[in-house]
Amino acid sequence: MSEHLTEIVVFTALFLTVSGMGFVAARWRRPADLASLDEWGLGGRSFGSWVTWFLIGGDLYTAYTFVAVPALLWGAGATGFFAVPYTIVTYPIVFLVLLRLWSVSHVHGFVTPADFVRARFGSPTLALLIAVTGIVATMPYIALQLVGIEAVLKSMGVTGHLPIVIAFAILAAYTYQSGLRAPALIAFVKDTLIYVVILVAVIVIPLKLGGWDTIFDSAKAKFAATPAPGDGILLNTGSQLQYITLALGSALALFLYPHSVTGVLAARNRDVIKRNMSALPAYSLLLGLIALLGYMAIAAGIKPIGTDNNTIVPQLFDRLFPDWFTGVAYAAIGIGALVPAAIMSIAAANLFTRNIYREYLRPNAGDAEEARVSKITSLLVKVGALLCILLLDTGFSIDLQLIGGVIILQTLPSVAIGLYTRWFHRAGLIAGWAAGMVTGMILLYNVGNPVTGKPHFAGSAFPLSKLGLDTKMTVYAGLLALAVNLAVALLGTVIARLVKATDGDDATRPDHYLADEGDSRLKDLHLVQ
Amino acid sequence: MTTPDKGRTDRSPWNRLLAVPIILPLLPFLFNFDEPRLLGFPGFYWLQLSFIAVGVLCTTVVYRMTRRGR
Repeated sequence: MSEHLTEIVVFTALFLTVSGMGFVAARWRRPADLASLDEWGLGGRSFGSWVTWFLIGGDLYTAYTFVAVPALLWGAGATGFFAVPYTIVTYPIVFLVLLRLWSVSHVHGFVTPADFVRARFGSPTLALLIAVTGIVATMPYIALQLVGIEAVLKSMGVTGHLPIVIAFAILAAYTYQSGLRAPALIAFVKDTLIYVVILVAVIVIPLKLGGWDTIFDSAKAKFAATPAPGDGILLNTGSQLQYITLALGSALALFLYPHSVTGVLAARNRDVIKRNMSALPAYSLLLGLIALLGYMAIAAGIKPIGTDNNTIVPQLFDRLFPDWFTGVAYAAIGIGALVPAAIMSIAAANLFTRNIYREYLRPNAGDAEEARVSKITSLLVKVGALLCILLLDTGFSIDLQLIGGVIILQTLPSVAIGLYTRWFHRAGLIAGWAAGMVTGMILLYNVGNPVTGKPHFAGSAFPLSKLGLDTKMTVYAGLLALAVNLAVALLGTVIARLVKATDGDDATRPDHYLADEGDSRLKDLHLVQ
Repeated sequence: MTTPDKGRTDRSPWNRLLAVPIILPLLPFLFNFDEPRLLGFPGFYWLQLSFIAVGVLCTTVVYRMTRRGR
């Protein structure tokens, strides 16, 4: 018998319980009819503060984050802690922006960010670009959730791809049936488990290891002994600019991801969003503590399984906790992968349905047809993510996700700035998007890692010396690409106005951006007429 | 059916407070040091974790102060 038997039993029991909840969720807050994107894809746009808090928290702070961020600290030290400033900065930045997005979507019935762009700039082409960018950025993100489950399975001595395929089949089935209600209900269990596990971990582990002082000092000693110049428990001069640009760039990108928008649009009113912008940082505290598990692993002398650094945290739990609690911790990570994977596949499916299928294939598709197409697409998206993991190297998914962050940032001028001003011309925005995408790719292609010998796509820290500057500093490639994007969009707009190119119509009015629950929606107005 | 109130706005002087938690975490010279340690945490870590509280405080104040009367 396996020495991990207890862990496997606890893990499987919790996993199956949660899967059962996923199926039952279709009856939770049951609407008269689930056959519309408002219901299947946005949970009826009716979630209050608590549900939204669990849903968005479970959506943004993914299993992969919980496994990969401590692995970063374990490997390189302080630079991995960027996840903390990143998730502090993001909420005040998006506080006012998301409120406007929620209001205008409430009035017009938008389901995706591309829906908004379509109406604001009167350009199906620009909306298509935004939708495709969103889908491409989301796919590898879903695949990475599988990496989180894989790290846990590996630590339990479970090998082979069959268990992952089964887990994903279950996930696909209840997402298909229950839509956004499934991850919303499961998020309660997932987050409670995570909070319990981490609180126990940050109290018990330091006691066992001799206190926080010892933990930080052993990390310091480890990094002092390595030849790598970039590591340490503090930032060195070369990595400070990268640290803050990566934090800022990631913060700007976070709420441009389709799955974040899905979570926000499912809220009942503006107050729910405002309250959540103040309450979501509780997860950042959790993330900061989780990050430090990487240093605890150093102090405890944990070694990863093979070369897979992502197994650091599971290995730490396995060593220091009794078997049954390790099982609970593994289940927290495993279930933690299901919530975001479900929301991401719903968001990607909605983009396809609204901005590709209805726009270009079946313009007359009704509510029920939209819901049906989205349900089927959500299955296909998951199969695609699964194939990413089964057929490609895991490292390749991580590269793709890195690229995903850079490209999703290129939708900022159309989506985020578009919520404030209609000044940009659609042609300028399209040109800017293209320039930003190309620049981003070129920059990432030129990021190599001399330590691992990887010549291309080895990270997002672009060395400024490659631009001819005499410095060792690096900067987040996504922000540089965004700067190029904005400059081209600006120039393109000026040129488009000079040559008097026709601009699209704006279907929104200033007061749409301030509407709240109870205000009239355009759909209702049409019905009245 | 209600019509959105024309005098509505999302501008407020309180919104400026949101700049504090945006700028603070992006200034490494404020926190990139080891001593003094707090409960064993080097300054780099406990200071950044405490910025979370600053963020919560500022967003909560803005939320409270810009609530629409009902």
